[in-house]
Parts: sequence; structure tokens; C-alpha cells
Amino acid sequence: MPGAGEIDQKIAAHPPRLIVYDARELSAWDSSLISFLFELGEFVREHKIEQDRSGLPAGVQRLLALAESVPERKAARTDTVSAMFIDRVGASTIAYAASFADFLGFLGSLSIAFGRMLSGRARFRGSDLFEALQQCGANALVIVALISYLVGVILAFMGAVQLQQFGASIYVADLVGIGMVRDMGAMMTAIIMAGRTGAAFAAQLGTMKVTQETDALTTMGISPMEFLVLPRTIALVMMMPLLCLYSDLIGIMGGASVGAGVLNLSLTVYLKETIAALTLGGFLGGLVKSAVYGALIAVAGCWRGFQCARSSSAVGDAATEAVVTGIVMIVAACGIFAVLFHILGI
Amino acid sequence: MVPGKESTIRTESVPKPGAPHIEVRNLTMAFGNFVLMRELSFNIRHGDVFIIMGASGCGKSTLLNHMIGLNEPATGEILYDGFDFTGAGPVSRERMLRRFGVLYQSGALWSSMTLAENVALPLGEFTDLSRSEIRNLASLKLALVGLRGFEDHYPSEISGGMQKRAGLARAIALDPEALFLDEPSAGLDPLSSRLLDDLILQLRDSLGATVVVVSHELASIFTIGNNSVFLDVDSGTQIAVGDPKYLRDHSGDPRVRKFLTRDGSAAPEKIDGQAR
Repeated sequence: MPGAGEIDQKIAAHPPRLIVYDARELSAWDSSLISFLFELGEFVREHKIEQDRSGLPAGVQRLLALAESVPERKAARTDTVSAMFIDRVGASTIAYAASFADFLGFLGSLSIAFGRMLSGRARFRGSDLFEALQQCGANALVIVALISYLVGVILAFMGAVQLQQFGASIYVADLVGIGMVRDMGAMMTAIIMAGRTGAAFAAQLGTMKVTQETDALTTMGISPMEFLVLPRTIALVMMMPLLCLYSDLIGIMGGASVGAGVLNLSLTVYLKETIAALTLGGFLGGLVKSAVYGALIAVAGCWRGFQCARSSSAVGDAATEAVVTGIVMIVAACGIFAVLFHILGI
Repeated sequence: MVPGKESTIRTESVPKPGAPHIEVRNLTMAFGNFVLMRELSFNIRHGDVFIIMGASGCGKSTLLNHMIGLNEPATGEILYDGFDFTGAGPVSRERMLRRFGVLYQSGALWSSMTLAENVALPLGEFTDLSRSEIRNLASLKLALVGLRGFEDHYPSEISGGMQKRAGLARAIALDPEALFLDEPSAGLDPLSSRLLDDLILQLRDSLGATVVVVSHELASIFTIGNNSVFLDVDSGTQIAVGDPKYLRDHSGDPRVRKFLTRDGSAAPEKIDGQAR
């Protein structure tokens, strides 16, 4: 069967007054016939050519009548004209700026919610906070331990390759200890939690938005910001330093196992060297960092969750965006901390 | 509280005296540059069961969302007992919201809480009742919608119709003055839908609340509604206001009569021809 376009051209070249269909030899037909006749019908009407469909099978006639019964709603067609490159750049820049303004708005309402909590007026349930604490505290211990141990091992091997050449293998203890405590402990915990908890927050809040559960809170006079975001943020900010401390310890153990098992250092010597290398400032710096990372992860997760559109695919997007935003913010904050600590001499 | 409720309500079509409970004035609903509906104006009296009707996708639920403050109007205002709701500050708006009960299309029960906790949450937040009193009240509200014994079930463990009823129990937890129901009978079988209609009328009578219902189910519209607004997507505004039974029999607008008598399905061209 020729495409409707070809026929259109032929007809347009020599426009007849009447088109008659003859389907006497047609034994079977499917939707492609209807589609062809439907398009042809549009074309014929536009060119004011009459058509006689009485030769078509009755079923075809009925389906065509049904398809043509409601005229096309012109407003329903969206503009599919492909925008120019520069238009698209402009549009996405504007969208980016709007999303930044939205983020600031989110931070603003979160600050207000915190203010209300400090004055004891915020509405959220203690059991929700407890659940969030368990979710992003105890439940994360295993994965944090695994990753931290491996990071400790990797750091130790990386250092050992160079330090062994100078016969200074013992300094692997310094390298692993300082590295874990000042940066890697907080950083690795944060990245695990961004993938684990940040995504979970975004998916939870996004789904609640899809099912109108957040609307139900709003119309009940309960702020979703207080009821949903506050407990999650508090839980993550409280748990992150604890997880970071735990990660530091496990990381050092990872380094020690390389020191004892591969570099033939005595465990006591290794630990003594580690203790001598660490400073309280380094420890506290790492803990402060982890608390800040916790806040960033919670904010990124909850913000992306609230931004979620009302469809199930949007929930997936929100979770992805939450992880991406969270990790970008963590790395950016890590850079800022590095400069800041350098200036402050910590 | 009110004996013989059904018979008195169903025949009621005469306007009651007194000030309107809800006034919508010159409301225009828009998303960005796209105007969905413009110049909507109607009054809802105390104790009305007011139906927002119209074809699918014409903005019925959006109108409801405007009335409960989830969407902000492009222009126009909504008043409750003469107080401006759309222009109210956050504090007075929160106070007004507390007198509303809303049943969402999907039920929108909080999935991390049991049914009793769902109903108890507003009671715990906004009343000074003790824990045991709240628990008893929550059980009572659930019993009112026929869910006695389901207190400790989670929303995912019960059927769609039960979720709707539990949503209704939550909506009436604070004895609201205005009850908003978004397609309460959608997705229910005819019998459950009929039971829900009876329940809505009984609750209206016992609570004395004004009920606003989004619906396009004719049976339900005629059973419970005594006032309505008809939204038309082609003209982008309301084309009829009044008792749906009166509109069915006497409306001068053939689009309204066709919708209400289910006559429209056979001849959509004709409807459209008159709309232009």
C-alpha cells in the first residue's frame, strides 16, 4: 500500500472533485488501513474534495466515523517545532536560575521550620525522628564499615609503594590515620549516605507528593517542611558525626591490617605511630565536616523530593537528582573546607 | 441527630435563607500562561452538598485545589463565611484550614502510619485530648465509615474502597465545617459507591457540614447533590449553576442537559457545534 503522503502528492497534482473507494476485493484489513484513510480524509477535506466511502467495509466506515466525530482540539497540540540551539541554551539557563531560586526558597522555609522547632512550636512526631535516626544510623553501619575498611587498605597500599623505597614504611600509619580522620572518613561516609539515605529521602517525599500525602498534610494545617523534612535533617546531622567516627576507626584498622600483614610492622608500633600523628583539631575538623555533609545530603534529598512531579518516573528522577546534587555539594564543601582549614591552620 | 435524614435531603431544592458559607468570586485558574478556567463565580450555602461537575480534564479537581488553598488563583477570591481565604496570611489561613476536611482522589493516607494513626494525627496535633481519648475517637471515626477493627492495619493492607473510606474518616476527624471530596466514588463498584453516597449524606446531617464534591458520576450527582456548578472546557468557564436535578430537567443549555441525561455520547459534533 502506498503511503498517504505519496497519494496526497498525486492528488494535489491533479485535484479531482470526487474520490470513490472500492474495496470489493479486500478480504482482510487492520488499523493501518484506517490510519491511511484517516490521513487521506484530512487531506481531502483540506482541499475541498468530496469523497464517497460507501464502498468500504462497514466496520471501517464505523471506525472512521468514530475517529472523526470529535474535531481536533487545536490548543491540545503542543508546539513541536524544534527550537534553535541558542533558544534551548537560554531556556535551560532560565530553568537553572529558577531552580536555584527554588532551592533558596526551600532553604528559607527550612530555616523557619528550624526556628519554630527551637521555640518548641514545630509539629513532627518523635517516632518519625526515631525511625529516621535508625534508618540513617544503625542501619548504615555495615556498609560504612565495609567501605571504610577498604579505603583504609587502599590508602595504606598507596602510601606503602612510595614510602617503602625510603625504608619509611612506618609513616603509612601517619598517612592512613591523618587521611581518614581529616577527610576520607567524613567524605566516604557522606558519599555512602548520599547514595543510600539522600536517595531514599527523595523517593519517600516524591512518592508522598505523587499520592497527595503531602497535600493532605498541608490542608490539615501541618507544614510538610516541619513534619517531614525536620526529623530527617536532624537525624542525618546527628548521625553523620557518629558514623564518621566509626568510619575513622575502621579505616585505621584497615591500614593497620596492611601494616601488620604486608609491611611487617608490629601492630603496637603501628598504633603508637597513629596516635602520635593524630591531633584533636584534625578529629574535630572531620566531625564538623561530616555534620555539614549530613545537612547537605538531607537538604538535597528533601528538596529534590519536594520538586518531584506527579508521576512514577519523576520519583526515579528525583532520587537520581538527589544523589547527584548531594555528591556535588559534598565535594564542593570539601574543597571549601580544605581552603578554610588551610587558612585557619587546623 | 437528625431523624429521617434521607427523605428530607433528597427532595430539598429550595435555597435556604442565610449568608452563603463559601463564595467564589471571579476566580480565574491558570498554570503559567495557560488559562484553564476563567470568571468562576458561585455561592455555596451552609449544609449544601455542592457538586463540581463537567467532562474529564476540565479542571474540576483544580477548582477544588483552589478552594482548599493548594493552588493560588490567578485572579479572583474565595471567601468562607465572608472571610477572605485566598488573601489570608499564613496564620489565619492555617486556622481556616483546620475547619476543612479533605478526601483526596487516591485516598492519600499516610502510608507509614496505621489507619488509627492516620485519623489520630490531626486530633493529636490540634486538640488537648489525652492519648486514650484520641485512640477512642479514632476508633469511632473508623467505625462510622464501617472500618471497625481495622485500626492497626496499614493503608497498603486494605482495598481501594476501604482506603477511600479511611480517608473519609480522617477528613471528618476534626468535625469539619466544610468537607471536600475529590471523586469519592471513582473506582468503586456501584454498590460501594451507593453506600459511600449514603455515608456522605449521613455525615452531612450529623456534622452539619457543607460538602463540596468533585464528581462526574450521574447517579451519585443526583443522589447527593442539591447545588452544583458545571464547568465547560470549550468555553473555558462555568455554564450552569444550580440544583443538578433542576438543571437536568430545565436547563436552557443543551450541553448541560446532554451531560446530565447521558445523551451527549451519541452526537458529540452537535454539542461542539453549539459551543463555537
